[in-house]
Amino acid sequence: MITTHLPALQIVVPLVSAPLCVLLGKARLAYALALIVCWAVFGISVLLLGQVLDNGVISYRLGGWAPPWGIEYRVDPVNAYVLLIVAAIGALVITYAKPSVAKEIGSGRETLFYTSYLLCLTGLLGVTITGDAFNIFVFLEISSLSSYVLISLGQDRRALTASFRYLIFGTIGATFFLIGVGLLYQATGTLNIADMANRVALLAENRTVQAAFAFMAVGLAVKAALFPLHAWLPNAYAYAPSVVTAFLAATATKVSIYVLIRTYFTIFGPEFSFEVMTLGPVLMVLAILAMLVGSTIAIFQDDLKRLLAYSSVAQIGYMVLGLGFATVLGVTGGMLHLFNHALMKGGLFLALGCVFYRTGSVSIEAMKGLGHRMPWTMAAIVIGGLSLIGVPLTVGFVSKWYLLLAAIDSGMWWITIFILVSSLLAIVYVWRLVEAAYLSPSPEGAPSGEAPLVMLIPTWVLMLASVYFGVDTRVSVGVATRAAEFLLGAGS
Amino acid sequence: MEWPGLFNYWIVIFLMMAGLYVVMARANLIKKMVGLSIFQASVFIFYLTMGKVAGGTAPIVIPGNPVYSNPLPHVLILTAIVVGVATLAMGLAIIVRINEAYGTIEEDEIDQQEHDS
Amino acid sequence: MSHHLVIRVIAKLLIPFILLFGLYVQFHGDFGPGGGFQAGVIFAVAFVLYALVYGLDNARRIIPDRYIRAGIALGVLIFAGTGVVAMFLGGNYLDYSVLAHDPPHGQHLGIFVVEFGVGLTVASVMVAIFFAFAGRGHKIDEKEG
Repeated sequence: MITTHLPALQIVVPLVSAPLCVLLGKARLAYALALIVCWAVFGISVLLLGQVLDNGVISYRLGGWAPPWGIEYRVDPVNAYVLLIVAAIGALVITYAKPSVAKEIGSGRETLFYTSYLLCLTGLLGVTITGDAFNIFVFLEISSLSSYVLISLGQDRRALTASFRYLIFGTIGATFFLIGVGLLYQATGTLNIADMANRVALLAENRTVQAAFAFMAVGLAVKAALFPLHAWLPNAYAYAPSVVTAFLAATATKVSIYVLIRTYFTIFGPEFSFEVMTLGPVLMVLAILAMLVGSTIAIFQDDLKRLLAYSSVAQIGYMVLGLGFATVLGVTGGMLHLFNHALMKGGLFLALGCVFYRTGSVSIEAMKGLGHRMPWTMAAIVIGGLSLIGVPLTVGFVSKWYLLLAAIDSGMWWITIFILVSSLLAIVYVWRLVEAAYLSPSPEGAPSGEAPLVMLIPTWVLMLASVYFGVDTRVSVGVATRAAEFLLGAGS
Repeated sequence: MEWPGLFNYWIVIFLMMAGLYVVMARANLIKKMVGLSIFQASVFIFYLTMGKVAGGTAPIVIPGNPVYSNPLPHVLILTAIVVGVATLAMGLAIIVRINEAYGTIEEDEIDQQEHDS
Repeated sequence: MSHHLVIRVIAKLLIPFILLFGLYVQFHGDFGPGGGFQAGVIFAVAFVLYALVYGLDNARRIIPDRYIRAGIALGVLIFAGTGVVAMFLGGNYLDYSVLAHDPPHGQHLGIFVVEFGVGLTVASVMVAIFFAFAGRGHKIDEKEG
């Protein structure tokens, strides 16, 4: 009986436990509950992916109302894959969270942190699993509102302004999406994504549909921090508590990219998006600019969290570039990078959290000599950095390789130059870090010693995963290819 | 179709643009929230207009053969209004904290303080 | 506002009726316009009025913050829990039809319970927001001469 309810449980379990955390009141109990729940959610997502790969698309009728009238949870290879990423990161980050949260957020607010964390997880999973356009908006706002809270918990007062700016941007983005959904409802009379896709296919010349497309594309680009709409991201990542940065960097933008993919490929279909609306060149130009500008700005940052945040802007460029090709290879590359970037950026931010836990700072100054003071943490950062550059045997290489193949396959070989230039820029900023950590002497009296094992192990799990999936690409490439084929096949 | 045709949509577009303009042009954080609320309100009106059928009544079953308005957009927007309230409360709460931390809610003064520090 | 006798007396007279009206909107929502959202706000208004007239400290004594917090959480739990109960009774999540002996009664019962959860959360949230803002910086009482 339980297996048929997995799609609902994926959302309901974290949703129900969020208020329970408030009622428990004690930080330790709330942490224990959140820990169990996050791992349970991860287990559910693994089972769901297995079911989908074996038996095909799963449809779950919420409240027993048949689609297109009721809300439908629809799990296909694409979102099962994204669900797995989000749930895995959610579980690893919560495992890591206890000491870091106790230090950075302080007593009295810890239970509320775990509540917001669970709500944010619920929202992100909900966005991914639902098959209803308006429901996406609701879950998007659940995750956004809780992430505003999470960001504003940062110690620096600039966390507040960062959170406020994110609130303004996020609300405008989500409201644009809402306008788009409204226009689509006017044109098609349905909110169910599958049903909508069938009807939109007949309305390619309809101006309402085209306006809806524009609104949704722009709104989601804001949420995904696609260049030049990324202004909210660097400060939000830099001043949020370490745990929150790691969680959001690895999941929130990924989920927004997923909704972008859904919108372009499932709702409107590749033909409408890329032939009628000629989205391809637009996406590619923006993606290339994001790669170059993001990497360049990252070089000049002294705060490492800001450095990695700008590097995220660049990495989002890679994902969007893959989508821009609108070929199976390109979308595979984009989807792969979604997964790979979650691994390496999540791991890197967790490692920085370890550094902050020990030294109280993540500036390049504080990194001096860290290679000798915190060898394990620093080794993790180096692996993550190599992966950001795209060195072979790391995940970063695999996804860039697919992007290169896609560029050559589409006859746009000149794009490979930009990918290489951006990788070279990545070498520069990663090198700055390595130089400070290994080649500079430690300042006098600098704190030394590793972070607690609870924090180190999740960091290393992500880093080892990013090496493992860089060597053995069968699972990740296999799933991403199936997702890409599903997306492009579903539209034609 | 006589002028102004689709009157409600003119209002929607006007409010949408006015709201967005206020968000962008005002440095005062409270005024930004006001602009954001106006912007969201325009979308509420948009959905309400969409669901209204001329001469239609509330969808409660009554004898005879009445014309009903489409309740679905109205219900949807009830959810969006609640989301809007939550956003507004959240935004104002952050503004209160910003005021406590910076002593001002003018964006340019906050920027200056951040650059100085 | 402690010395405005008229306001104090009128407020005392009004508050029970506001609460009653809130309950009416809540539970008559089954048959006419109404429901948890509206009722929750009306119910919260009674507490806001009390706080405005008798001061925030007195209002906080009537409903301490931990009750408000518990109210917020409980309301969400009631809503989500109803769906879970439906799941245990063999339906899908939020499928109220299985809650009673036949689907119409089940739906009726489900909506009734869910709306109660909504009302509880909305009322608690509104009071919490008011307390949070009014409790910061200057007290309302001090500003009034």
